[in-house]
Amino acid sequence: MAAPLLEMRQVSRTFPGVRALDGVSFSVGPGEVVGLLGENGAGKSTLMKILAGVYRADAGEILWEGKRIAFRSIHQAQEAGVTLIFQELNNCPNLKAIENLFLGREIFRGRSPFLDEAAMRKKALELFDYLDVHIDLDVEVRLLSTAVQQMIEIAKALLTNVKLLVMDEPTSSLTDRETSRLFKVIRDLKQRGVSVVFISHKLSEVFEITDRIAVLRDGRNAGEVDAKTGTMDELINRMVGRELGSRAARVGTAVPGPEILRVEGLSGPPTVKDVSFTLRKGEILGFAGLIGAGRTEMARILFGAAKKTGGRVLLEGKDVRIGSPRDAVALGIAYLPEDRKVQALVLPMNVRENLTLAVHRVLRRFRAFLGRKKEEEITDSYVSSLRIRIATREQVVNDLSGGNQQKVVIAKWLATRPRILILDEPTRGIDVAAKAEVHRIVSDLAAEGVSIILISSELPEILALSDRVLVMHEGRVKTVLEKDQATQQTIMSAALVADGVVVRA
Amino acid sequence: MHAKQDPKPGRNIVRTLVRRRESAIFLALILLMTVIGIAAPNFLGAGNLYLVSRQISFVAIVALGELFVILTGGIDLSVGSVMALAGMGAAYAMTIGVPPPFAVLLGIFVGLVMGAVNGALVAYVGIAPFIVTLGMLSFASGLVLGLTKGWPITDVPASFLPIAQGSFLGLPIPLWIAVAIAVLAHLALSTTAFGRRTYAIGGNEQATFLSGIDVKRIKFVLYLIPAACASIAGIILVARFNSAQADTGKGWELDAIAAAVIGGTSLAGGSGSVLGVLIGACIMGVIKNGLVLMRVSSYWQTAIIGIIIVLAAVLDRAKRRA
Repeated sequence: MAAPLLEMRQVSRTFPGVRALDGVSFSVGPGEVVGLLGENGAGKSTLMKILAGVYRADAGEILWEGKRIAFRSIHQAQEAGVTLIFQELNNCPNLKAIENLFLGREIFRGRSPFLDEAAMRKKALELFDYLDVHIDLDVEVRLLSTAVQQMIEIAKALLTNVKLLVMDEPTSSLTDRETSRLFKVIRDLKQRGVSVVFISHKLSEVFEITDRIAVLRDGRNAGEVDAKTGTMDELINRMVGRELGSRAARVGTAVPGPEILRVEGLSGPPTVKDVSFTLRKGEILGFAGLIGAGRTEMARILFGAAKKTGGRVLLEGKDVRIGSPRDAVALGIAYLPEDRKVQALVLPMNVRENLTLAVHRVLRRFRAFLGRKKEEEITDSYVSSLRIRIATREQVVNDLSGGNQQKVVIAKWLATRPRILILDEPTRGIDVAAKAEVHRIVSDLAAEGVSIILISSELPEILALSDRVLVMHEGRVKTVLEKDQATQQTIMSAALVADGVVVRA
Repeated sequence: MHAKQDPKPGRNIVRTLVRRRESAIFLALILLMTVIGIAAPNFLGAGNLYLVSRQISFVAIVALGELFVILTGGIDLSVGSVMALAGMGAAYAMTIGVPPPFAVLLGIFVGLVMGAVNGALVAYVGIAPFIVTLGMLSFASGLVLGLTKGWPITDVPASFLPIAQGSFLGLPIPLWIAVAIAVLAHLALSTTAFGRRTYAIGGNEQATFLSGIDVKRIKFVLYLIPAACASIAGIILVARFNSAQADTGKGWELDAIAAAVIGGTSLAGGSGSVLGVLIGACIMGVIKNGLVLMRVSSYWQTAIIGIIIVLAAVLDRAKRRA
């Protein structure tokens, strides 16, 4: 291999409470297409964002064309020849295709401030011709398909002197035809000496398009797989690790009781398709799958926060209609959303006010006034039972640590005395100690007879807590694994591999 | 914040008072009154204070209503023309022989209908409050002008006039009404589930919705409040001037919003208080009156009010950063 275009050495980065990258090395040669794989949260995006100057590394060094650099902004990285195409496309939906293409790189008439429309048009047509796409330059970008918008992003990169193109999940919303066209473009770029980093969860595609595949696991290097000679098994094993991980099994697991919830054919396009499952009293049902597999959307539909287009929900055998979160709460269903700051907490309010937000029904006297005493009693009882560390009940939740904030949200829902508790990434972004406490709370609840749906992207968490594990893939239920069948390997295979692809287990 | 309990509860109260956002603006009000009192000695005369307090009452009533929607990050620009419409409705009812108490209720009802339209469009149709109430501002004032052809209604029964011109225990009746509304508003915001939810929506609407709260219904009800308050103010103003004028309330939406902002209400929603709004209304009223007494041309008054509004917002931002 020639001298590498990019070499990242021993890069580390810590976020509050999380070691996102721990001494990761990664290199790309000129004209090489490298796959970058790992589970959700393995550190792929962080690594690329450090490369592009979005984050700074705490330690380690980056060599670009043999020289030590640290880009300070996406713009600076672009100038040097590194372009990132993010999963969420960065364009202005209200502007036309051509306006987006030249945004920040407009061609002017000489030195005047006036735009040279003709020159830009000519250049745009050349580029799109080269990419073999036909785009009406005057259509607003929001009206174009994701695939076409992606092509515009690539064209944008080609406007600069791109040497390394990083694509984060570029095919996640593309059809097969669009994907093959994208691959043709990637091969062509490779011919011209442009290097590509390809991040994807679609393993077969990764094998098809890349030269070699670098794997990250828990923020560390987990080896490489040669795309020509390696196998899918080898790749999956590297991603999840050969050892089964710390499987702190639940203690005192009660035998789950009778069926409490039955979901039949639940649909809510575009992300949830025909989802059916059952949940028993006191059971913890793990929901595994990739980000975007439709787990959160399923939960939101079940909770009445998103529209249902088909299917039915039976609670204790009775057909129920859940049209809003209000209906769900009245039926004893609670939902802890994945983003606590955006979706769960009223940040400027205090602990007491947040903790009692869902139980005004119980607190109201004469149908209007909130009983302050009762509020304080409820708050105090959960603060002590969940060991929430606060100075006073009147402390603003914004000032609490992530773990304590999450406990306030859990307490808010426990105060409603739910029969079914849906937890969406309950331990995201909280420290190890708080995580263990949340796990304890969850298993205690199940032992008390609360039925729990646990959505988590952390397989050890799912494995440690769940009685059964349901795996979703592209909006559908791929499989339901009993506790003794569920391992990191079986779950990841189900979550990653499209139907029809055989994995030798 | 520290877990340590203050040994002396007395000092705790003082500290809480100092920390409260209202304290700073209250201090500003006192300072302002002192300065104006020195520059224009007749400002602090009993007669003048009586008139100022009556004038402030009207703005305060409208601003208190405005507070409710601003707390959720909304706004009601239609309060001025709803004032005119409600006042006109009540005055017309009286001229055709409806007894004043019923005429007042009728006027408020007319205002509430406008508020209900605002609320329905904001909450259930999902149109931005700015647009909805801007439309209502234009519609209601057009309605008044169209129905009256611009003529005032003047023959208001004398028994109706004390509601604005009378006094009770030496204070103007409009002031009592404003105080009553302020007490109700404070109780509603600080002791009821409705009030808690109002602040919650302003702090994080999505989280409130996901807590099983019917956010739309609350928003709908909220838009009835500024309409009701504006109607009450508009009707009392009829008694104040012995007539219903088509251009009553013109520009009052800006005074009401200004009073709320000066009083520390965040236009982004989630924070603000009845006490703050009252002090804000006082500051506005005192400045206006002081400028008149100091013989500053009325042309300059609006410019100075403008500076005060922006200054209040800047100070509030600086204080929050600190």
